[in-house]
Amino acid sequence: MSPPLKSMLGVLAARGLQAVIVALIVGIVSFAMMYALPGDAAYRIAAGRYGYDMMDAAAAEVVRLELGLDDPWLIQLWSWIGQLMQFDLGNSLVYGSPVVDEIATQLGFSLLLAGGAVAASLLIALPVGIVSGLNPGGLFDRTSMGLSVFLRAIPAFALGIVLVLVFAVQLKLFPVAGFRGFDNLVLPSFTLGIGLAAVSNRVVRDAVVDAMNADWRLFSRTKGLSSRLTLIRHVLRNAALPVVTYVGVQLAYLIEGVVIVETVFAWPGIGHALVHAIFGRDIAMVQGTALTLGLLYVALNLIIDLACRLIDPRGSVA
Amino acid sequence: MIKPLSAVICIAIAGAALQATAETKSSVTIASPWEVASYDPAIAGFAIQKLQIMENLVDADVNGALRPGLATAWTASKDGLSWQFTLRSGVKFHDGSDFTAEAAVTALTRAWKQPGVLKKAPIIGISASGETVVITLEKPFTALPAFLAHATTIIPAPAAFDADGNPAQMIGTGPFSVSNFTPPQSISLVRNDAYWGEKAKLDSATYLAAGRAETRALLAESGDADVVFTLDAAGYSHLQHVDTIETSAVPIPRVVALKVNAGHPFFSDAKARQALSLAIPRDGIARAITRFPEAAADQLFPPALNTWHSADLEPLQTDIEVAKSLLSELGWVAGPDGILTRDGERFSITLRTFPDRPELPLIATALQDQWREIGIELEVSVANYSEIPAGHQDGSLHVALYARNYGLTPDPIGSVLQDFGTGGGDWGAMGWHNQKVVEALDIIASTVDPDQRQASIATVAKELHQELPVIPIVWYQHTVSIDKNLKGVIIDPLQRSYGLSDMYWAN
Repeated sequence: MSPPLKSMLGVLAARGLQAVIVALIVGIVSFAMMYALPGDAAYRIAAGRYGYDMMDAAAAEVVRLELGLDDPWLIQLWSWIGQLMQFDLGNSLVYGSPVVDEIATQLGFSLLLAGGAVAASLLIALPVGIVSGLNPGGLFDRTSMGLSVFLRAIPAFALGIVLVLVFAVQLKLFPVAGFRGFDNLVLPSFTLGIGLAAVSNRVVRDAVVDAMNADWRLFSRTKGLSSRLTLIRHVLRNAALPVVTYVGVQLAYLIEGVVIVETVFAWPGIGHALVHAIFGRDIAMVQGTALTLGLLYVALNLIIDLACRLIDPRGSVA
Repeated sequence: MIKPLSAVICIAIAGAALQATAETKSSVTIASPWEVASYDPAIAGFAIQKLQIMENLVDADVNGALRPGLATAWTASKDGLSWQFTLRSGVKFHDGSDFTAEAAVTALTRAWKQPGVLKKAPIIGISASGETVVITLEKPFTALPAFLAHATTIIPAPAAFDADGNPAQMIGTGPFSVSNFTPPQSISLVRNDAYWGEKAKLDSATYLAAGRAETRALLAESGDADVVFTLDAAGYSHLQHVDTIETSAVPIPRVVALKVNAGHPFFSDAKARQALSLAIPRDGIARAITRFPEAAADQLFPPALNTWHSADLEPLQTDIEVAKSLLSELGWVAGPDGILTRDGERFSITLRTFPDRPELPLIATALQDQWREIGIELEVSVANYSEIPAGHQDGSLHVALYARNYGLTPDPIGSVLQDFGTGGGDWGAMGWHNQKVVEALDIIASTVDPDQRQASIATVAKELHQELPVIPIVWYQHTVSIDKNLKGVIIDPLQRSYGLSDMYWAN
C-alpha cells in the first residue's frame, strides 16, 4: 500500500471511530440535558402538540400515558439506544411523525442554506482578503478591517432585516421569505455569508501576508518566476491551507446563525426545528437532530482534512 | 457586440410582456405565524380547517350561526340523549373515494378519544346508521352541533391514515387539496374541481408560516404575501401607510385575562379580586401595548360574542384609591417600603405568563408597576404556557396572565363550562365555586328554550362580572393586511376559515 493511501485510510478509520463516539455522547448528553430541564415534560409536550387553546392537564395526562414518560430514565435512554442500534430515530413526541423524515427534509434545506452562506462568504472574503493581503496597511486593507469589525458586530437577525428592507422591499430584487426558488436563497445566504466573510477575509489577508513574506516566495522570485506566476503557483496554494481549515471552524458560527436566520426567513431548516423541539420537550427530535449535527461535524472535519492533504501533500508523507 | 446585446433586450422585453399578460393572478399566498408540522386533525386541525382542505359535519358563518357542512341536517331525540346527523350524499374525498358515514364515524371517534373538544362533551357513543351518524349522550347537551364545527372534528379520508391508524396524509373533502407540504413552514394547495359546493375561484394557494412578526410585515409590504394574518402593533401601523395594502382589524372572541387563585388566602374574598381589577390600567394597556383603545375589556365576554356580551353590565373601572380602601377593609396595612402586610405576611405574589404572545410579558410588567402603587409586590415569571395548567393542578399558582379564546366552538358554552363549571378549569376559575353559575351553566348546556338559555347566560355573565374569578384586561383584534387587488376576502372572527374559496383577483 502506498504511503499516501495508507494515511488516507488512517484518517477515515480515525474519523469513523470518532463518529461512533460522537453519536453516543451526543445522544446521552442531549437526553441528560432534556431530562434535567425544569418543568413537567408531559405538560410541555402536550403544549407543543395541542396549542394553548386545547392544552390542559387532561391532555398532559394522555400524553404521559401514551409516551410512557413515567418510566425510569434509564429505561427511556436504553430504549433510545436500542432503537439507534437499528438505525431508528423514533417518532417525534410532539408531531408523531418519524424523526428521520423530518430531519431528512430540514437537513436538506439547512445544508442548502449553509452551502449558500459559505459560497457568499467566499465570494466576498477571497477578493477582499487577497487584495488587502497584497498591500497590507494600505487604504483598502484598513477600510476593509473597519468594515469587518462593524459587520461582525451586527447580529444576524438585524442584518437580515436590513437586507430584506433594501433588496426585497425597496429594490424588489429578491423575495422576502419562504423557499419557492433559488432566488429565495440569496438573502438568507448573504445574511449569514456577510457575518462569515467579516472574519474570514481577515484570515485570507493574514495568510496572504504570511505567504508573501515567506522565504520560498523570495526563492521563487529569485529563480525567475514572474510575480503573477508566483502568486498563482505558490502564494495562493500556501495561503489556502489556513483558509480551508478556518472555513471548517466557521461552521460552528453557521449552525448558531442558521437558527435565527431560518426563523427570520421562514426557512424550514434544522436549526429552527431544533429550537422548537427544545421548547416542546421533544426529546426524540432533539436527540435525532443533535446526532445529525454531531455526525455532520465529523463528516465536515473529514472533508477539511482530506482537502488540506490534497492542497499540501507533504503531510501524508511526514 | 451588438447582436448579443439586442438579443438580451429582446428577451427582456418579451419577459416584461409575458409578465403583463400574466397580470390577472390566479394564486394567493397567505402568511400567518402558526407552523404546521403534522397531519393529525388533533394537532394541525386548526390549519387544515382554515385552509379548507377538510370539512366538518357542521359549518358556521362569520356570525357563528351554524349551517350545514358535510351533514345537511341534524336533530336531537326528545330526551336530548341521541343526535342524528344526516350526511350529504355525492361528496367525494380528494383521492376520489366516497365520503361515507363510516369515514365520518372513524374520524369523530378518533377525535373523541384524543384531547380536543369532543372529549369535553358528555358523549357515550358514535355510530353509523345508513347515511346518518348517530351520537349518543350521557345527558342532554345542546351545543353538540357547535362542537362538530370545531377544527379537531374535521373529517379526513380513510386513506389519510397509515396501517397503524395514524394520520399520514392530508386528504379531505374541501374546496382545496394539498399539492405539497413542507413541514413546518408551508402548504401548497390546488383547487378541488370535484368539490360538492361552489368551487373556488383561485387555481392555487400557498400557506407560509412566518414565525416573526417583522417577517410577516415585510412579506406584506413587498407583496410576496397577498394576505397576512396577525400583525404586531408596529407592523400594523406601518402597513396602514402602504398604498398597495388594505389593513383591517376584526374583533375576535379572544380575551387577555388574569386568572386568580381564589383558594389562596390573599384572594379568597371577592373584594381582593376587585381591588386587583381596579388597579389594572385597561385603557393604557389597550392604547399603548395592544394599540386598539376600543378593546379595553370592561367585561369578560367581548362584543364579538353577541349573546354573551351584555350592555347591561356596569363597565369595570380603574380606580387606585378605591382599590386601596378595599384592601385596607380586608386588614392589609402598608409597611415601611409601601408593600402591604397582614398578620406579618407581605402581599408578595408571582404572576405566571408566557412569551408566545409578545404582548403578554409587556402587560405583566405594566401590572407589576401599577400594583406596586396599591402595595402589592408582583414578581413576573415568563415561561412555557403549560406552567399555568400545571400550577392550577398543584395549587401553587397565584395569578396567571394569558389569552383565552371563548369562540373555540361557535357556541362558547364549551369553554365557559370548562372554565367556570364545578371545580373551575385550567384556563379558568381556580379555587372558586358559585352554585348559581354551576346551575345556570347546566341549563345553558341542556335547554332548547332560547329565553331560558339567554336568562341563564345573563346570570353567568353577571356573577362572573361581580365575583371576578378571572379578571378581563383587553379583548383581541385579529389584524390582517390584504393586497388591494384581491377581492372577496372575508375575515372570520371565529378564525375557522381564511375564506380562500371566495377570494379572487380584480383585473
